[in-house]
Formats: sequence, structure tokens, C-alpha cells
Amino acid sequence: MKRVFADDHYLAQWPTNLSFAKGLAKSPVTSVSWFAAEAYCEWKGKSLPTTDQWEYAASESGKDAEKMKEKILAWYERPTKAKIPPVGSGSVNRFGIHDLFGLVWEWTLDFNGLIQSAEARESGSKDTNQFCGSGSLGALDPTDYASFMRYSFRNSLKANFTVASLGFRCAREAP
Amino acid sequence: MRYPNSWNQVKRLSALIAFILAGASNAPAGDNDQKNLDEQIKGEERAVLTDAPNVPPAITRKNATKVIVHLEVKEVEGEISSGVRYVFWTFGGKVPGKFIRIREGDLVEFHLDNHPSSKMPHNIDLHAVTGPGGGAASSFTAPGHSSVFSFKALNPGLYIYHCATAPVAMHVANGMYGLILVEPKGGLPKVDYEYYVVQGDFYTKGKNGDKGLQPFSMVKAIDERPDYVVFNGSTSSLLEDRALPVKAGETVRLFIGNGGPNMTSSFHVIGEIFDRVWPEGNTNTVTENVATTMIPAGSAAIVDFKVNVPGNYVLVDHSLTRAFNKGALGMIKASGEENKLVYSGKISDEVFLPEGSGIRVADQKSAKAPVATSKVERVAAGRAVYAANCAACHQSNGEGIPHAFPPLAKADFLNADKLRAIKVVTGGLTGKVTVNGQEFNGVMPAWSLSDEDIANVLSYVYASWGNSGKEVTAQEVKANRVKVGAKGQVVE
Repeated sequence: MKRVFADDHYLAQWPTNLSFAKGLAKSPVTSVSWFAAEAYCEWKGKSLPTTDQWEYAASESGKDAEKMKEKILAWYERPTKAKIPPVGSGSVNRFGIHDLFGLVWEWTLDFNGLIQSAEARESGSKDTNQFCGSGSLGALDPTDYASFMRYSFRNSLKANFTVASLGFRCAREAP
Repeated sequence: MRYPNSWNQVKRLSALIAFILAGASNAPAGDNDQKNLDEQIKGEERAVLTDAPNVPPAITRKNATKVIVHLEVKEVEGEISSGVRYVFWTFGGKVPGKFIRIREGDLVEFHLDNHPSSKMPHNIDLHAVTGPGGGAASSFTAPGHSSVFSFKALNPGLYIYHCATAPVAMHVANGMYGLILVEPKGGLPKVDYEYYVVQGDFYTKGKNGDKGLQPFSMVKAIDERPDYVVFNGSTSSLLEDRALPVKAGETVRLFIGNGGPNMTSSFHVIGEIFDRVWPEGNTNTVTENVATTMIPAGSAAIVDFKVNVPGNYVLVDHSLTRAFNKGALGMIKASGEENKLVYSGKISDEVFLPEGSGIRVADQKSAKAPVATSKVERVAAGRAVYAANCAACHQSNGEGIPHAFPPLAKADFLNADKLRAIKVVTGGLTGKVTVNGQEFNGVMPAWSLSDEDIANVLSYVYASWGNSGKEVTAQEVKANRVKVGAKGQVVE
């Protein structure tokens, strides 16, 4: 497998450069680096969504926000399955956006822009508390574990990392 | 230390204490840290890591070395209780994480490997590490990646390690903790067995016992309302065929940790006294003869004891509903020879008669009982008295119960002496008695029945089950009854 700006797991589920298992055709692409994901989006005349855009879309959690929170948390805590379900098989929110939760983690354009310290409990020090993704005391809602997990996940990444449960979607400005 | 028995000894002792105190206060804090920092590293080895309840072998080398530790983070589904599944996040595949054993002064090269199937990034905070985050700041690791950092073990002791990735409490609640022993130079005293146990509290969406895969409950965790409090990640990890085996007469050491995230443990082993405890894992201070020791969340203790007699010894958090309703139970099974001097076992079971109420007060009849005018009437009335007062022990067929209650049917003791029978019923009978060749050693209380009732019941007994058929009259009872004082004592 040719790798450009990507770690050793890049497209680990592909046997060769131009083939993948048949069962994967409808599943989200994972094990891709930020560079590959952004390059793909640019080729489509789009880009990765910013973290703000992604979180705004995800904040629309339907009628029962509490129940949704619980569902999200339950999905986050389970290890990644070998075969990821097909795109469109998950929930859809009132913006008409599919699968924000339940399939894969997603790259954002500025995934490392929100600085949560690697030492997650170092909250309140002045260089981090301006970001909502910072330590637990600086967060707006310290009981929203699902958000912590999301910010925590993004923060563990570098642009060349690839993860079996990490895919992406592309976005563009509305005309 | 013995108590001093002369003033000279007191003086010598005081001087000694003053010397020790002065010595202690003169040593600046961190003095030992500096010595350990300066200790030269010789050689290199890969740490032996073990799953609970096993402990790596004691360290015998006399020098500090470079120790390489590879700890793999895995998110795995397992059983927390019978039929109850839970997704554990682990250091090494099980809860608690692998036991790490190093020596004071060692240089540890630590590799935290996060399995590619992990959904979450993780890191590690070892309480044995001096420096920001205890390693957490240097070990934050995405799934499929590995972080490396190193530290020098400056302080000896038994320490917890745990994940410190946001949300920290959830990572810990899912089982991300274990113990690291920084063995003091010269090691710990030798024992026959060493075991590894860590308590943890778990929060599930369903309540205790609800079957199936149970997700983590954030709400219950924040409210500190655990559904399970368990040793080694499951309600049955140390029970039945997984009980910890030992031999009577040998010594046992438990490295006992508390991962929390929330509960403080009141750790106790039922039927044992810890001969030695190093509270809070502090290997410099030993305390003796402790039955229950407190283990804070995020801490540990070392407890040593000799198991003197065989049997089962139950590990509990002595906050008891956690033990008996939420799962904090484990067991040590000791095989070997009984020692009746240490523990006799049950010697006997006797009826307890509290002072002052030794008389059975039979139900008082409000209406005046009719007086029997013939032996037939007497026997008929006696049947009811027997059923109400005697049959519970001597049985309705008069056979009694072997080894407990003597028979009345064809009973030599009864038939031999009518007046003695009156005295037994009115005064009670305690101690050894032989009936039909069988020895009994129990207590029969005195009965506060009327002369008429006693005459009737004895006449009924004598008329039944092949007995002699003697009649007992109320006058005979009155003349021969044992008088009982107000406090229940027999008055002759």
C-alpha cells in the first residue's frame, strides 16, 4: 500500500492499492489520514467541515435530547466492529443529516484547533480555558460525557494518523 | 516493643525516641528521592506483567536497572455478573490492569499501546510517577498508536495507576486501573503467597442483576450510585473455583487496591486479623493487628496474615450492602489440618435461658378450667395440654427427637418414678439424662401450669404409647411440685 503523509494503518482493510473487499462498498471509508480526506474533498470541490460546523450539525439531536445523549454515549463506549455498517443506515436528524453518530468518528478541518491538553484534568489554566474542549472544569456542561469523548478523540490525533473507526464527510457553503 | 519496667529504661527509651525524632526531622523532604535519582542504572530487563489475582515474582536484584514495560489498552466486552455483560476498558485485557513490579531507583521505559480496535484514545497516570499528570501528559494515545515515556522510580510503595483521558471518571469507571509496586531496596518480608485484588465501582443503565449488555450510566456515576461494587472486575472473580488457594499455617499477602472511581473501601477479611498492614501502600510504615483497613479511591494497601486454620475466609468491603448486595465478595480457601486450640468449631448447641425468665409461662386460660372427675376425663383433658405445651419437642407420637429431645413413649425414665416426673415438669430438667439407653444433654424449662393441668398431661402421657398407665392427681402435683421463686430460681 502506497502511503503519503499517513501512518502504517493507512487503508489497512484494502489488500492492494486499487481494491477492497466487496462487503465494504457501502461502508464509510476509514483508516485514512487527514491529508487524504481533505485531498478527496478538495477534488470534489468541497472541504472537510470545520469542528464548529460539525458540532452545530450534531447539536440538532431531535425531540429527545437526553435519550439521544444516552444513545451516543452507548455507541462511543463500544469497541470498533470489524465491519462498519453502510452509509445511511444510522439515524437522521432534523437537518436531514445522516449518521453523525453510530457509524464512525469523523475528521474535521481544524481537528486540532481546540486545544484540550493531553493531560485532560489540567483545567482552568489560562491558556486552555478559552476553548470549550478544554479540561472538565472549563467546559460549559461538565456532565456531557459524549462531547468530552469527541473532543478527546480529535485531540489524540495528528494529521497523518489513521484509525479503523475514523472516516470523514465533505462539506461546502450553501449556494 | 516491651513496656519499660524501670525508670532507667524509661530514660533510655526517651533518649532513643528523641534521637529517632531528631533524625527524622533533620532529613529534608525528598532526601531519599535524590538518592534514588542518583542511583546508577545497571542492565536492562523487560517487566514481567501479570493478570489478577497473580503477582510477578519478588525482585531480588541489589541494583537499579532499566525496566521496559509494554502495556496494551484494549476495550473488551465481558461479564460483570452472571448474565450481565459490560464493555470494559482495560490495561491489558482484564480488570484490573496488569500488575507491574519494579524496584526503587529503577528507570522505567513505559510503552502505552492502544489497540487498533479501540474506539477511544487513552493515557495513563501512574501514581508512582513524579511529574505532571503522572505520565498522563506524555502518554495520550490514539487507537492503533503507541506512546513512550520514561520515569525514575523515586519513591517506594504500592501505587494505583489509571487512565486520565476525558471524561476521566468514565474511563476509570469502565475499569481502567491497576497496581504498580515500587519495591523498597531490600524488598518486603517473605511470605508464602502473594495475591492481587482491586476493588472498583460500576454504574450500569439497568439495575443490579438486569441481564444483557449494560451500557455505562453517566447519571448514576455522577450521583455516585453504583449498581456493582466488585473485586477484580466481576462479582464472581474470586468465588468458587476461582477462590484464592492457600494452606493453613502459611502466610498470605494481598496487594489490595481501590480503583474507585468513587467509593472508599473498608477492606476486611472475615475471620482474619491482618498481622501487618502497610496502609495506603506506604512501605516505610507498618502497622500491626488490624481487622479492617481503609483504602481510599485511587489508593492501595499491603496486608499480610498467617492463616492458622483451614476453611473459607471471605473478602469484603465492610460497607456491607456493597458486599452482600452489590458484589464486593471474594474468598480465600485454606486447606490443611484443623487446630482446635486456635478455633474449636462449634462445640455444642444448647437452649439459651435468659436469667429471670426461665419459666415457660403457658397460655393462661381466662375461664376457670373444669376439674376432671375421672381418669378418662383426666386423660382426655391432658391430650390438649400435651398438644399445646409438649408436642413441639417430644412430638405428638411421644417419640421425641434423637440426640435432642428424649422420648416419652415406653420411656424407662418416665415410668420409673411418677413423683420425679412431677418434679421435672414443675421444676425443669437440665443436664445429662439417659432415656431408653440414649444419653441426652439438653434443657427442659419449668412449666407454670396449674396442678390440674399437670395432673392431666402426666396422666395422658402415662396412658399413651405403651406407658405404665399410672394416674397422676392434682393433689399429688400440689404435694410434690417444685416451687419456683419470682426470679425463676428453684425454691426447695
